Amino acid sequence: MRISIENFTKTFGDITVIKDMNLELESGEMLALLGPSGCGKSTTLFAVCGIHRMNGGRMLFGDRDVTRVSSQNRNVGVVFQNYALYPHMNVYENIAFPLKVRKESKAEINKKVQDIAELVHIGELLERRPAQLSGGQQQRVALARALVREPDILLLDEPLANLDAKLRLEMRSEIRRIQLQTGITAILVTHDQVEAMSMCDRIAIMNKGKIVQLSTPNQMYENPASDFVAGFLGNPPIAFLDGIASEGGLKLADSEVTLPVPAGISMPGHGTKMRFGIRPEFFQPNNGLKVMGKISFVETQGREELYDVTLENGAVLRSIQSHGGGFKLGDDVSWGIAEDKILAFGPDGNRL
Amino acid sequence: MTKNFKTWPILLALGLTSMPLVIMYVYLVVDTVTVSPPGSLVPNGVTFEHWRFLWEAPEAGRTSIWWVTLNTFIFATVSTVVVLSVSLTSGYALSRLNMPFRGLFLAGLIVLHAFPTITLIIAIFLILQMIGLYDTLIGVIMVKAALELPFGIWIMKGFYDTVPWEIEMAGLQDGASRFTVWHKLVLPQVQPGLTALGIFAFLSGWSEFILPQVLAPGANAQVLGVYLQNLIVDDVKPDFNMFKTVGVFYAMPVIVIYLVFNKKLMNIYGGGTKG
Repeated sequence: MRISIENFTKTFGDITVIKDMNLELESGEMLALLGPSGCGKSTTLFAVCGIHRMNGGRMLFGDRDVTRVSSQNRNVGVVFQNYALYPHMNVYENIAFPLKVRKESKAEINKKVQDIAELVHIGELLERRPAQLSGGQQQRVALARALVREPDILLLDEPLANLDAKLRLEMRSEIRRIQLQTGITAILVTHDQVEAMSMCDRIAIMNKGKIVQLSTPNQMYENPASDFVAGFLGNPPIAFLDGIASEGGLKLADSEVTLPVPAGISMPGHGTKMRFGIRPEFFQPNNGLKVMGKISFVETQGREELYDVTLENGAVLRSIQSHGGGFKLGDDVSWGIAEDKILAFGPDGNRL
Repeated sequence: MTKNFKTWPILLALGLTSMPLVIMYVYLVVDTVTVSPPGSLVPNGVTFEHWRFLWEAPEAGRTSIWWVTLNTFIFATVSTVVVLSVSLTSGYALSRLNMPFRGLFLAGLIVLHAFPTITLIIAIFLILQMIGLYDTLIGVIMVKAALELPFGIWIMKGFYDTVPWEIEMAGLQDGASRFTVWHKLVLPQVQPGLTALGIFAFLSGWSEFILPQVLAPGANAQVLGVYLQNLIVDDVKPDFNMFKTVGVFYAMPVIVIYLVFNKKLMNIYGGGTKG
């Protein structure tokens, strides 16, 4: 179902957490609300499910205006970070609870629970109590409970935060599979850019109560709208070089080195502050635009190695290279930046 | 387990210091079924005459033990029910609802809990007389329940505080009403606290003495504590063996309840409260 949020405003006391936010979800789309803690992403989620009342604006599920509709009447499925399973009920009763509340017949409940248990692969666990399940299994039960009454929209609040690394990987693809299979519209709230990029059709990146950029994961990675977005996406993260716009390019701070500005970027006036963002994969030994520096940190990741290179002015560039380069801590190197991949940002942080 | 100190000195010290208590308890029980010559501690005969209050008609001016026991039972049960139902709902309200004067309420609870209730007794006496509930069971039940409530509400609030918010939110999302959420989802989580508080309130009601003594001393509303006291107060020649026997009779339900429920009672101290 198509979801639209129009001019959403939320205040707590005197503090305005979210102001005039607009967001639209296509039917069947999975959208990530990504941002640092305190950016308002959970507030948005709670507004969608009706736990927080909206202080201004409208919310539409399809053509239905649900702005003033209570949680109970909204038909939203939520998976909470700690799953919020009912500890005194077994898995079957947990999943059946929303149907029982609706007073559906026993036979119908049984059929629906069996079907959904099949879908999320917990068919053999129905007799167990939540305390007897592993984290991943609890997650599946929570998903089943949220999906069993065929909600208009599925909300996932940091669903993977409580899982260990291996399970997280597994559940990432599982949640996506279940979402695609049911064709449900979903919102994923997360602060983990990897989750957002790997699971979702589109990402809305939020900062200080505003949506900073809304686009597909690839778009966002390659064309970040600001240095905040560029810094948030990518692991290992992007490195920034601060400097001043001058004759012939960017003159690095505290240094005589001037980097040429790539074609296609409109330079601000001389003397304005600006910064270059260089992703680790575009700072490699063989690239054209050479800079000198000393390796100040090496992290071995098995397949790859991550280097920090400190330039003479103290700025740090990161480089990720496949294993076997043979560089050591303290080596003086002269590696190159892929000129066409440089991201340039103006004094306000916006992309140039 | 390896011992890093000798245990026998500790056992000896503990044994010696607790000996007086042990002797007291042993004689409390032994004296109820034996007779001893005056001045001697060693019994010289077995008898059940000290238990005669159970089957003999009461002396003039006395109430039947069974009537008194029934009174005590009603007193303890009804005040428990009142304490439970009020604590259950107000504890939830204090823990969850965003109501005005919540902080004041909580502070008031603590003050009331710490307040020596005995200082209120004259005021309560006057109030009961004014509203015509003096010397009635219902009056003293209300007073007992009211005085027990600060503790009960505080304990239940502590238990409610440990129930995660998300469970309630999930319930609401699942379409349940606020009441269904409380009744079907939250209440089972605080059930250990409920049990413990119930037993606690019952025992406290069962052993209550001073309130019935002052507020309901008459024969109709007499409870076991008052009955016990009457036994030795206005008698010319007090029968101490019968006094002890009634005491044992009075304590038996308490002991049984403790034995059966001692694990659940521990919940109040170990499980829920974060006061």
